[in-house]
Amino acid sequence: MSLTIKVGLASCGLAAGAGDVYNAIARYLKNNKLQAHLKQTACIGMCFAEPLMELSHSGKNTITYGRVLPEEVGSLIEAYQSGNPKTDNIILADEIPGSENDNLKNQIRIALRNCGIIDPESLEDYLDRNGYRALEKALRKMSREEVISEIKNSGLRGRGGAGFPTGLKWEFAYMSKDKKKYVVCNADEGDPGAFMDRSVLEGDPHSILEGMAICAYAIGSDEGYIYCRAEYPLAIKRLNIAIKQANDAGYLGRNIHGSIFSFRIHIKEGAGAFVCGEETALMASIEGQRGMPRIRPPFPAQSGLWGHPTNINNVETFANVSWIMLEGSGAYSRFGTEKSKGTKVFALAGKIKNSGLIEVPMGMTLRDVIYKVGNGMLTDKPFKGVQLGGPSGGCLPESLLDTPVDYDSINKTGAIMGSGGMVVMDSGTCMVDVARFFLDFTQKESCGKCTFCRIGTKRMLEILTRITRGEGELEDLDKLEELAVNVIKGSLCGLGQTAPNPVLTTLRYFREEYISHIVEKKCPAGVCKALIKYEIDPEKCVGCTVCTHKCPMACITGERKQIHKIDQEKCIKCGACYEACKFAAIIKS
Amino acid sequence: MLKNKNTIDEIISRFAGKKGSLIPLLQEIQNLEKYLSKETMRYLSEKTGIKLAQIYGVATFYTMFRLKPQGKHIIRVCKGTACHVSNADSILTAIRTSLKLTEEKDTTDNGLFTLMVVACLGCCSLSPVIMIDSNTHGKLTSEKVEQILKKYN
Repeated sequence: MSLTIKVGLASCGLAAGAGDVYNAIARYLKNNKLQAHLKQTACIGMCFAEPLMELSHSGKNTITYGRVLPEEVGSLIEAYQSGNPKTDNIILADEIPGSENDNLKNQIRIALRNCGIIDPESLEDYLDRNGYRALEKALRKMSREEVISEIKNSGLRGRGGAGFPTGLKWEFAYMSKDKKKYVVCNADEGDPGAFMDRSVLEGDPHSILEGMAICAYAIGSDEGYIYCRAEYPLAIKRLNIAIKQANDAGYLGRNIHGSIFSFRIHIKEGAGAFVCGEETALMASIEGQRGMPRIRPPFPAQSGLWGHPTNINNVETFANVSWIMLEGSGAYSRFGTEKSKGTKVFALAGKIKNSGLIEVPMGMTLRDVIYKVGNGMLTDKPFKGVQLGGPSGGCLPESLLDTPVDYDSINKTGAIMGSGGMVVMDSGTCMVDVARFFLDFTQKESCGKCTFCRIGTKRMLEILTRITRGEGELEDLDKLEELAVNVIKGSLCGLGQTAPNPVLTTLRYFREEYISHIVEKKCPAGVCKALIKYEIDPEKCVGCTVCTHKCPMACITGERKQIHKIDQEKCIKCGACYEACKFAAIIKS
Repeated sequence: MLKNKNTIDEIISRFAGKKGSLIPLLQEIQNLEKYLSKETMRYLSEKTGIKLAQIYGVATFYTMFRLKPQGKHIIRVCKGTACHVSNADSILTAIRTSLKLTEEKDTTDNGLFTLMVVACLGCCSLSPVIMIDSNTHGKLTSEKVEQILKKYN
């Protein structure tokens, strides 16, 4: 039994149909009485090519096929077994051409080291990849202080967005005197456009448990919580499996590795509130209250969950911990820049060819991330901007593409590194609309505690909405900037303090677009509904009637084989006709 | 009289004495009843001693809790950044058209579907995305939406 077949079954793969592919393979193996090892794995990060199927056999090249259809798995396996594999849609392969062979070479995968390689529901797979050896090393050979100094020396900074040095955070919790301390993993990945944490949780859940256990040993805690958003049911399922396996095998629970150290982990499912990504709000939510932030100090390291010292780190931060412990802080700090060490995971999305998950050394330029690793723009439309850091971040133009990705360089541009969402936008994106989109989000998600955040964002949203409707005035831009500064100053937590960033950066780098909306009453990108019009080109319309059936308002009239007409009074500008017309006879102006 | 009184009592007793249990308690009850009715919240308050104001406060703070009866299938339309720039609005319009749901309504008259807009489902590379119950559907167009909706009944 030496043929092994792996299928990526993470949320993105499943949405692309990987479940059907997996079942088709199982059926094929059964019907043909073929001995093979069929395994599930999670996300290798190449979401753009899902579903993925990896075939490996001793003595043969390992080949990963992309965009696999259930009906073709039989012929792919047969050809592979015969020694004459099919060459279409090869994504990765040893020694023979694969479209993404170079893609992984540009990456350094530390946090993602096991994602897409192991079966996330198999403890053995994790152990085969040196799993739980870092915890053993810490417990058997290192003092608590040595663990903390190893993490400090690695230069690891919090990957949730703020970039606070992780070792220092651990030291604060370590120094707090209390019999009860907590370790919390923040898996409330709420930034729209970010899915790094989901992939790690779905692809390598044990690495998070091990990272948390090492932290617990270092700070002197015996109990931990993973606060995971409820929108990630598969991540929660796999975490539950992993916790049970680790408890049964003695990697969690009482007297781990025969030491006096005991540690147990609970999962808390979020209930849908973006502000709960903020650490004090997150703790309030674990305690069963409304998730509203509170004033710091006291910091969680002094008084956190139920008043006890608490150390909170994000998923990606914990995913790095056991690697650092095994390979050494020097191996980690070799990557990156002076102040931003190691690697960073980014979720590439939007108008980019290779959308998915990547991990690159800090200091790589945005240009290289987008064009080398991400393989450039999705369509012929030119690059316009890249959005970093979600609703707390900003949009950067072409001229800033040579900015290296590290905390300090990104902060200088007015954006933030954030948790790692990177949404690429082309000329078909309206930056005023993007700013309005983020403000709409933060305004709804504001918990309402601070006046500036609650009402200031509301007023900013009203102004932006006015502008996108063509009802703005030039002085609105000054009002926006003034409000932005005050919302930043007058808010208690990160949500309000960063909410104006998308507006400020678009005003700084794409101001002419605001002016077009205000002065010329035009949306250059053709997005803002109030400023665009759909019309039928009489030269091109063949009268096929497809658009009349698609129109939700029934406002397109015309007989078969006659030129059609759109009733502008009734049109809601949904674009359904534009999308449906096969003759490019609908003009957007 | 509550319909699922016994099961609710059983859920409450399972969480009795556990700290920070209000949110998971509400989550389990909602899984059972599909939404949190006034009667249920009042009963929960009487049984647990947690103030009704606190229960209502928590239930209205988090978007996951629903205070109105829901359809058999929940459609979550993703309006995250990637979906937004991939014209998630047209998907929303297509769903509303297909289900004959006006702007004011979230649940179809036959009780089959409830429509929700959510911030991000984390499947950005497959945008635009919707989730029906626990199934994610990606790379959507208005046409695909209609075919997908037909599969649910």
